[in-house]
Amino acid sequence: MTTLLEVSGISVSFDGFRAINNLSFTIGPAELRAIIGPNGAGKTTFMDIITGKTRPDRGTVRWGPMADSLLSKSEAEIARAGIGRKFQRPTVFEDQTVAENLMMALKANRNPFAVLFWRPKPADHARVAALATEVGLADHLARKSGELSHGQKQWLEIGMLLAQEPKLLLVDEPAAGMTLAEREHTTRLLVDLARTRAVVVVEHDMDFVRRLNCKVTVLHEGSVLAEGSLDHVTKNPAVIDVYLGR
Amino acid sequence: MTRSFLATHPSVLIFLLILSLFTIGVTILSEAYGTAFISTSFVKTLGKTLCLCLVALAMDLIWGYAGILSLGHMAFFALGGYMIGMWLMYARTEEIVLSALANEVLPPTTEEVTNGIAAQIFGVVGASELPPIWGFAHSLPLQLLLVIAVPGLLALAFGWLAFRSRVTGVYLSILTQAGTLALALWLFQNDSGLRGNNGLSGLQNIPGLAHVPQAELSIWFFWASAAALGLTYVALAWLVSGKFGSVIRAIRDDEARVRFLGYSVEGYKLFLFTLTAMIAAIAGALYYPQAGIINPAELAPIASIYLAVWVAIGGRGRLYGAVIGAAFVSLLSSWFTGGRAPSIDLGFYTINWVDWWLVLLGLSFVLVTLFAPKGIGGLIDLAAHLRAPDRKGAALGPDDSALREKEARE
Repeated sequence: MTTLLEVSGISVSFDGFRAINNLSFTIGPAELRAIIGPNGAGKTTFMDIITGKTRPDRGTVRWGPMADSLLSKSEAEIARAGIGRKFQRPTVFEDQTVAENLMMALKANRNPFAVLFWRPKPADHARVAALATEVGLADHLARKSGELSHGQKQWLEIGMLLAQEPKLLLVDEPAAGMTLAEREHTTRLLVDLARTRAVVVVEHDMDFVRRLNCKVTVLHEGSVLAEGSLDHVTKNPAVIDVYLGR
Repeated sequence: MTRSFLATHPSVLIFLLILSLFTIGVTILSEAYGTAFISTSFVKTLGKTLCLCLVALAMDLIWGYAGILSLGHMAFFALGGYMIGMWLMYARTEEIVLSALANEVLPPTTEEVTNGIAAQIFGVVGASELPPIWGFAHSLPLQLLLVIAVPGLLALAFGWLAFRSRVTGVYLSILTQAGTLALALWLFQNDSGLRGNNGLSGLQNIPGLAHVPQAELSIWFFWASAAALGLTYVALAWLVSGKFGSVIRAIRDDEARVRFLGYSVEGYKLFLFTLTAMIAAIAGALYYPQAGIINPAELAPIASIYLAVWVAIGGRGRLYGAVIGAAFVSLLSSWFTGGRAPSIDLGFYTINWVDWWLVLLGLSFVLVTLFAPKGIGGLIDLAAHLRAPDRKGAALGPDDSALREKEARE
């Protein structure tokens, strides 16, 4: 099986606290994976390392068919290489309209000079409209995104991620603050997306993970505790001990 | 979508209209081309004000739009002035030296002329040789190039160091202040090659145009300043209207998020810092021939803080706000500090505006920041809202037959 991302043997400490401890992780080009683990297990730090926000003390992160190292790249370069990230708290640019937010995220040359002379073509407007329809914001294109509800902001951020056309999507607690119907919609969307690209979902909610019906990686104290189907890992006594058995 | 840029941005057209009317009005009332209602010195004040509006535009772009509070842009402004001043002084002195040597029996050699110019310019600081940095001063095109190149390269180097290390917020402001102070202190030295604290003077005498009276020259510079302001306004309005504008406003609001969208935040900041430094330099190059003199005191750190105050009072994040702020505050400032404002006699104490103006300015800055963060430009929003409803496409009333937004606009 080909791998899209290979993280091997990474460790990182903050002021002596070892947040990630010799963690290894691989994911294929079209795979859905859920990462679960108690608070402080290192889920967010793990995402920070992949996206270049944090540099590990040890280990390698390799990306794509050429196995390029991501460690020497900046956040922006990693994003351009095709790794998109959705944050737990919806972060959209509240002072700008939904259309402007999406237009900014559209896959295009990110060089300042190119952006300066870039003007949207009809195809770009059509793409933005299509994305807005996909995330249910078609009627809100002209609104400032700060006026949207919490759930709508979540959707807008997902739309912006889709606009980037990433090869790997890192999604941090997508279902937080969503209604039941919205959760179902999110599940369908994530499963759909994973047909064409890799998707990593960090989630607390076991029901949501069960619905995703995918391979699960359990993190604990900065390393992988167990990996496999949800039923498999929930039977693991170590997992029951640290995570489920409370 | 297919509508033209000017049609979708009516404020640009309104601005250009007001600027043209103002320019025509001043010309008609000037001594040189009109009724002489406005004195030449006041024409110069107005021309200088337009240059200050131009540098305020640059400040608004970097601070109001991109959120980088640079407190060093008046240093670039002054550097632009120094660069044009070098040519003005050199060429003017050359004319004087040539006419003085014209009575000699033998025609003067190039060396004699150069030495004469150097002695004339640098006698005041006890030197008689042209420093190497005056190497291009004989040529107007080269020195005009330096007006843009010197501040541009300085901004590029400074910005590269600062942004690469991710210096942001108040730390960047302090760094720019320190840089400004260092540059000013360096210029104060006699051996820096720019005549120390004497600065460059006689800049109002344009070489080759000695026969043109100052009344006419002042109007020409006024026109040039107005043209530069108008062109820059259109260019910047175009720049902030597209995706570039979206990206820089996004950097202002959440730069970490912009990085995860794949934009190199540092590259954008560096681009803006350099661009605005060059705009500031052009403004300075137009300002100082009207002021007539430039010295290192012009680079005082406080000048750059005033610039930020103008933009804040006028209204950050909108181009006309910066222009309104710079024009309003700087004209008011010259009225108050020029001794023309009537003193207020309170009986026990007389408020003398020359002394109290800064207190008034500081107070209004605090009040604007606290109670009207949109500045004077916010008033225009209020007026616009009175005219056109903004319901984001919703009906204007609860009833089905209520006016739709589109209908109300028509």
